[in-house]
Amino acid sequence: MFDISGTSINFLRVRFITFVASSVLIVLSIAAFFISGLNFGIDFKGGTLIEIETTNEIEIAGLRDNLNTLQLGDVQVQEFGSSKNLLIRVEQQIGGDQVQQDVVEIVKESLSSYLSTDINFRRTEVVGPKVSGELIQSGAIAILAAVFAMLIYIWFRFEWQFSLGAVVALIHDVILTIGVFCITQLEFNLPIIAAILTIVGYSMNDTVVVYDRVRENLRKYRSKEITDLLNLSINDTLSRTIVTSVTTLLALLSLFIFGGEVIKGFTFAMIWGVIVGTYSSIFVAAPLLKYLDVKREWNTTSAVDSTR
Amino acid sequence: MLYFSNIKIFSVLAVIIITLLFALPNIFTKDQLDVFPSFLPKQQVNLGLDLQGGSHLLLEVDTVEIIKERIENLNADVRRILKQNNLNYSNFKVSNDSLKFVVEGFNNEIQKEISNISVSNSQNILQMGDQTNLIISQDQNMVEISFTDEFIKQSVSNAVAQSLEIVRRRIDELGTREPSIQRQGSSRIIIQLPGIDDPDRIKSLLGQTAKLTFQLVDTSTNYDPLNPSRAPIGSEILASDTDEDFKYIIKKRIMVGGENLVDAQPGFDPQTNEPIVSFRFDRIGATKFGRVTQQNVGKPFAIVLDDKVISAPVIREAILGGSGQISGGFDAEEANDLAILLRAGALPAPLIILEERSVGPDLGADSIEAGQFAAIIGFIAVIIFMIFVYRYFGLLADLALIINLFMVLGVLSLFQATLTLPGIAGIILTIGMAVDANVLIFERVKEEIRNGSNMMNAVENGYKRALSTILDANITTLIAAIILFFMASGPVRGFSITLAIGIFTSVFTAFTFTRLLISLNAKRLKPNFVGMRSNV
Repeated sequence: MFDISGTSINFLRVRFITFVASSVLIVLSIAAFFISGLNFGIDFKGGTLIEIETTNEIEIAGLRDNLNTLQLGDVQVQEFGSSKNLLIRVEQQIGGDQVQQDVVEIVKESLSSYLSTDINFRRTEVVGPKVSGELIQSGAIAILAAVFAMLIYIWFRFEWQFSLGAVVALIHDVILTIGVFCITQLEFNLPIIAAILTIVGYSMNDTVVVYDRVRENLRKYRSKEITDLLNLSINDTLSRTIVTSVTTLLALLSLFIFGGEVIKGFTFAMIWGVIVGTYSSIFVAAPLLKYLDVKREWNTTSAVDSTR
Repeated sequence: MLYFSNIKIFSVLAVIIITLLFALPNIFTKDQLDVFPSFLPKQQVNLGLDLQGGSHLLLEVDTVEIIKERIENLNADVRRILKQNNLNYSNFKVSNDSLKFVVEGFNNEIQKEISNISVSNSQNILQMGDQTNLIISQDQNMVEISFTDEFIKQSVSNAVAQSLEIVRRRIDELGTREPSIQRQGSSRIIIQLPGIDDPDRIKSLLGQTAKLTFQLVDTSTNYDPLNPSRAPIGSEILASDTDEDFKYIIKKRIMVGGENLVDAQPGFDPQTNEPIVSFRFDRIGATKFGRVTQQNVGKPFAIVLDDKVISAPVIREAILGGSGQISGGFDAEEANDLAILLRAGALPAPLIILEERSVGPDLGADSIEAGQFAAIIGFIAVIIFMIFVYRYFGLLADLALIINLFMVLGVLSLFQATLTLPGIAGIILTIGMAVDANVLIFERVKEEIRNGSNMMNAVENGYKRALSTILDANITTLIAAIILFFMASGPVRGFSITLAIGIFTSVFTAFTFTRLLISLNAKRLKPNFVGMRSNV
């Protein structure tokens, strides 16, 4: 039987270690962002993407050389799931939105004449400079808006101390997620923004559950030392935190393994985010409350919602 | 909290059954659905282009061109008025959005005349009484004329609306399956074409403004078509449609325009068997065409499409019937497309393709298959894990999960929301997260038991205490989903939809369905039913 309820682990004892670990990871992420940067997909930097499927295996190096003779600038060719599935990326052409459209024709013609095999064009995406600029902007705005909305929501439902702690944990998760994409150089595209927003929601969800319990315990044990109280609250909710993380990860892993190439980056971001989000609720969000001077004298009339 | 009145039980079951009925069509094929009794819902989930295959195009109306054209018309009007009033102007400058010139004797009278012209020229566009569409400013002899922002906005808006209509007509002519053509923002058009994974032909159809004009060829000078000298005033040099190097000198005056066409059809010339497009004018067009051909027998008459000369046949006799044909060395498909373009009318401004996303049918099918398989495996894993942790209660949560999944499908079908690949990911994520509400409740129940409550009270209080936490926790995820919905378009938007639906259905099932099941068994429940060690 699996029952981890009723634990009494001293989570706050390791808070210095976890704070240092988190800080180091954040610094690393920021450094990676400025050194190697994000490997933007065509959604954000514009350009052309063509996915083809062939009946025979293709020698990639030869194809790459051939496409590079087209003088379309940087052309990347990579395997996509199998050696008969190739992804061809052509960088954005100089000369505005209209010019990008010609790339598809040129590449398709060149492929047909170079490859002596049947080609199935599975996917074609062309994003011009105007749209890519807007997408990156709206993506950044969406993430900021989500973090801000969470800040406001927690502030209303709790106190500003909680709101601050939760948002620090949230920013921690977002930075580490962007950092992992900088370090791995996995393609950063539109679905990754969706993943980050979901991570924001999930991480907040996790933090709120712990905070809810902190608030409840603050009312219940008025004279308990704050460190003990925070430890108690984390332990109270630990079983739930783990069970929910495990079920979410089980679903995501299944999607990562069986869900196909197209969605792999998205799923990877989500898996990473769930792990980081779970960690941050326990080791960042909750311990932070120790330093944020949370209010101890909760008015019993405003405590209606959890003692109802 | 545990007591359910009959009416409550009934309504909970009714909601579940109704959504399940809407989910039902998705497990049958289209043929099987045909034999369904008519009172049952038959709508399946609406698949996004990334799953069913198809093409998405984002176009923008070239608004700069619209303003440029308006400025050019204004330019001609202003010069005419100045000339009529015997004013000598100098330093006449035409920029993208204004006219500037130096003139002496520019008074209020003339200013009014110019304003009136611009109002009458644009009466269809903006009716503003005496108010003018122009800003005329004068600094001693320097005059600057530009359009008001309001007028520019209105012109653009009209041009976009008109473009939308023409795009729709052109695409409808091709007979594509259920195209969706929508305006986005102030100057953009989104086109969704299910089932089309190579939109080359549509792109080329949309890439032409298709402005057709009939103009006379300037025969006043002899010239070398490969290297013409400067065109005389009132004429311009235009290239041939088929050969970029072959030039014509064409008189600028438009004798008849494409707006007077009522029909255009592709066909074959009975003598040469060459593909042609035959056309028919409306009354005004026929009259104009008749007059021009009558007066210019023996002269070449150019057919110009988007500033390219398609052909310039010599007029053999007056054409009074109001119909004619164009032959320009095109093949059958080109003739067909030209006919489509002429029937649909000219675009008020060029369209620029900003974005294209096309997915072939088998990639879509592969994605569905992979998504379904991943969902099933994830589902089984979660089900086993829940039973492992929460035993009997876990089983109840699993039942709720199954219902939950079908409810998501049912709600998607009911509202005809679009299911995309990220949407499938959203459903799978929901599988993982949907149990959360039940997990929160079960953990509370365990805690209550540990604190000495009996089973009944523990369940009762567990539900009570978990409620606010569940709401808080889910509202945060919902906020993220809502922000994503408004920020994203296309496939990613589908993710936010399934995520949001999943949040609602999972909270609903936790508080109604599992609770109902537990309450029906309340008296027989034991602590180990919720996965607790029996010695606690």
